[in-house]
Amino acid sequence: MSKRLFVKGNEAAAMGAVEAGCRYYFGYPITPQSDIPEYLSRELPKLNGEFIQAESEIGAINMLLGASSCGVRAMTSSSSPGISLKQEGISYMAGAELPGVIINISRSGPGLGGIDASQSDYFQSVKGGGHGGYHIPVLAPNSVQEMYDLTMHAFDLADLYRTPVMLLGDSVIGQMKEALVPNARPVRELPEKGWAVRGKSGAEQRVVKSLFLGDGELEAHNWRLHAKYQVMKEKECISEEYETADARLIVTGFGSVARIAHTAVAMAREEGMKVGLFRPVTLFPFPEKALAEAAGRAGKVLVVELNTGQMVEDVRLSVGAAAQVCFYGRPPGAGSLPSPEELLDVIRKQYDDTAR
Amino acid sequence: MRTEVLIAGFGGQGVLLAGNLLSYAAIDEGKNVSYFPAYGVEKRGGSATCTVVIADGTVGSPVLGQPAVLVVLNQASLERFGAKVRPGGLLIVNSSLVDITELNRSDITIIPVPMNDIATDLGDLRMVNMVAVGAYVALTGAVQMESLSTALAQALPERNHRFIPANVKAIETGAQVAKSKKEA
Repeated sequence: MSKRLFVKGNEAAAMGAVEAGCRYYFGYPITPQSDIPEYLSRELPKLNGEFIQAESEIGAINMLLGASSCGVRAMTSSSSPGISLKQEGISYMAGAELPGVIINISRSGPGLGGIDASQSDYFQSVKGGGHGGYHIPVLAPNSVQEMYDLTMHAFDLADLYRTPVMLLGDSVIGQMKEALVPNARPVRELPEKGWAVRGKSGAEQRVVKSLFLGDGELEAHNWRLHAKYQVMKEKECISEEYETADARLIVTGFGSVARIAHTAVAMAREEGMKVGLFRPVTLFPFPEKALAEAAGRAGKVLVVELNTGQMVEDVRLSVGAAAQVCFYGRPPGAGSLPSPEELLDVIRKQYDDTAR
Repeated sequence: MRTEVLIAGFGGQGVLLAGNLLSYAAIDEGKNVSYFPAYGVEKRGGSATCTVVIADGTVGSPVLGQPAVLVVLNQASLERFGAKVRPGGLLIVNSSLVDITELNRSDITIIPVPMNDIATDLGDLRMVNMVAVGAYVALTGAVQMESLSTALAQALPERNHRFIPANVKAIETGAQVAKSKKEA
């Protein structure tokens, strides 16, 4: 086993990127993710990589697009308002089927909002934040270790499906420090990048583009992208369950709030309540089947989010009529993080109201 | 075992370093730990708090609503967090700066430690955070005292390693005073 390090979530993501073979980073500083560019600005030059602080977030995402079209592993990161600026570029990358990793250590909004932990970017992340009707895989780490592991996974997914991939966290996950075991990158068989534009040198011309003007071309392209999303839904869902086997109430949430909920569920168990936790790790594809199964057994689901209700819509679509869905939201702002005790109160109430 | 603490003071008192030190010690002991800082935009003078949860198993929430242990280094932190200590919990106060006469908590154990005075007597007020860590560890056994000395080398940048002996002394003194106050 490697030595256990003690690092911030943001640093762990940057370390995971380096371990995954990412040698190109383009970004623009913004709290609370600046530890990522800080780390990479120090480490990438040592590895013959490139770190560029772009003139803006828009510049950075288009540099990512450019680097990625050459077939190298590259990344950008930012926080909510900066991610909004990148959306045009992400849409172009999705359209041109370019891999690349985008990390959003989100702030609270809308607008300039604040810097506190928030999950208000769920819709933007999972429903295609830019124009044109696309999806990208979205991963939601809930620990420093997962910031490292899932960043490596993000690069593999990106290459496997030729798509941008987003890692969605917040200031709790980005700023907290925990033990990290910097394991070597798992080996995964990945396709050759036969599409990458690296100079023609006599070979057949390769074109990377998101513009399709020929008769029927764009329609076919959209159906092909759609089919790709269906494969992701079939093969790439990740979720974690805790004490769900005999649960009569399933609590579900992602990222930071799932950590708080974990403790609340443990407290509820101590009080004799049959409560479990279901944590989606992939937000797109959403782990519909696994959640529907757990929810169907329990009969009731409590969705907890740091917003006024976003993931709850995907939960409702997943469980259908199989379970009752209720919601507890804490929109972001200073001092708005719920404590485990507050979540326990909500659990008690919802548990008592359970009809069965 | 799972121990949790909220350390609160103002920027410049070394609250975050105190949390880091505890965390490094816990990691060296093979435990799981979550360190979660919260501080204002000010470098000095603003509020600075951190939570440290140490567990043999799952850490769970890095956010504490009702901390089992609260360490307060200044008055504002007592006013902000004093009422939140879990009933039956422990409050360690920097009695050099904090007046607890208005705090109405007969349901918790309160240990006053004159942290500023101890640090000043040892030669540098800036070691107030080390006195606090010593007091906390002596009263809770969250980590081994010996682990703290080793952890200092990890928590401090190399240029400050020459201060380690003085800091160890501050930790030990904080521990002694806290234990004597508990017995009193």
